[in-house]
Amino acid sequence: MSKSAIFTGLVIFIIIALFPFWINFGKTAPVPEPELVGKAKTAKKCVLDKMDMRANHMSLLDEWRDSVVRDANRIYTNTDGKEFAMSLSTGENSCLGCHEDKSKFCDKCHNYASVDPYCWECHTEPKEIK
Amino acid sequence: MMKKSRRSFLKVAAVSAIGIGAAPAISLSSSSTNSHGSSHAAKSPNKGAKTAKRWGMVIDTSKLTEEVVEHIVEACHKAHNVPDFNHEVDEGKYPKTRPVNHKQEVKWIWEEHFHNAFPDKEDEFLADKFKHLPFLVTCNHCKNAPCVKACPTQATFKREDGIVLMDFHRCIGCRFCMAACPFGARSFNFRDPRPFIAETNPDFPTRSKGVVEKCNLCAERLAKGEQPYCVEVSKGAIVVGDLEDPESEPRKLLDKNYAIRRKQALGTEPSVYYIM
Repeated sequence: MSKSAIFTGLVIFIIIALFPFWINFGKTAPVPEPELVGKAKTAKKCVLDKMDMRANHMSLLDEWRDSVVRDANRIYTNTDGKEFAMSLSTGENSCLGCHEDKSKFCDKCHNYASVDPYCWECHTEPKEIK
Repeated sequence: MMKKSRRSFLKVAAVSAIGIGAAPAISLSSSSTNSHGSSHAAKSPNKGAKTAKRWGMVIDTSKLTEEVVEHIVEACHKAHNVPDFNHEVDEGKYPKTRPVNHKQEVKWIWEEHFHNAFPDKEDEFLADKFKHLPFLVTCNHCKNAPCVKACPTQATFKREDGIVLMDFHRCIGCRFCMAACPFGARSFNFRDPRPFIAETNPDFPTRSKGVVEKCNLCAERLAKGEQPYCVEVSKGAIVVGDLEDPESEPRKLLDKNYAIRRKQALGTEPSVYYIM
């Protein structure tokens, strides 16, 4: 008697415990591939190496922000001697000046990873203004 | 089963320990040449950026007319994406926008009457012309800025060149600075300003709900070697330059003319002078 009750309880427990697995079964979203369009496609290298950018772009941007606002230093010269404007969206030499389409680049990974940086609450993408 | 003597085990263990200990050092020396490269990367100001020891402004009140004042305010607010709450909201782009409370306004530079701009200099027999002159007021970029002391997050700070600047990223919207500023130069964003910006300037960010904003003496223009917007359209009424350089334009004007500052008795040492 108690044996069957234990087993039913156990089965129910396992079903509930594994809920996240079976509810999402077969629905895995493919890992997004941020698209390089325009100038970013022809440029071989970003500010840092690809993997370094992938891992550390947020701290780089954070550093840039302090440099621009507090020290009025607006030009970043990387290890290759190439100059970049330390700006998200203003001018040819800024982030969006090269990565021309935010929705195909920034948003792709951010949406997938469910990160919601507040950059665009204030900064504007020239394309989105119209 | 393989037999291992204590001796051979200790040998292997010792070599492994050395290997593990040396690994970080090896990877560090090999990676320091390419990745990050902070040893060679550099940050520098724009070429041709305007610099000063202490930026200041001189306003020649005799050159201010209603028309000039209007142009100045418009040029500044348009370029810095300052919202105008009289602007009709585009319903298609921003549906369900709350009705406007006109007690809330955002301004960087604006027109004021003499008795409001200089309450301590009001006088029974004040010359009539001062009562009707449009006075332009803005952030005074004080030498002893009380807003800087009040800010708990250092979002408002004094730059080395004298500009009192805001880092909007850091502002938490506590509004201590607004209470501290004796000139009312600061405005608070009670709501998202974007629906009220007629034409967004892509070269300057907007603000978001919950941050304070004010005049930045066009730090972004000085960095490009250009004059502030207000100076550009003022037809000579406003001059911006280095107050600590005796050869600078503002200093030459101050040498020749009598100029006053707002609420000098408070000791904030404003950097905006008015030639009377």
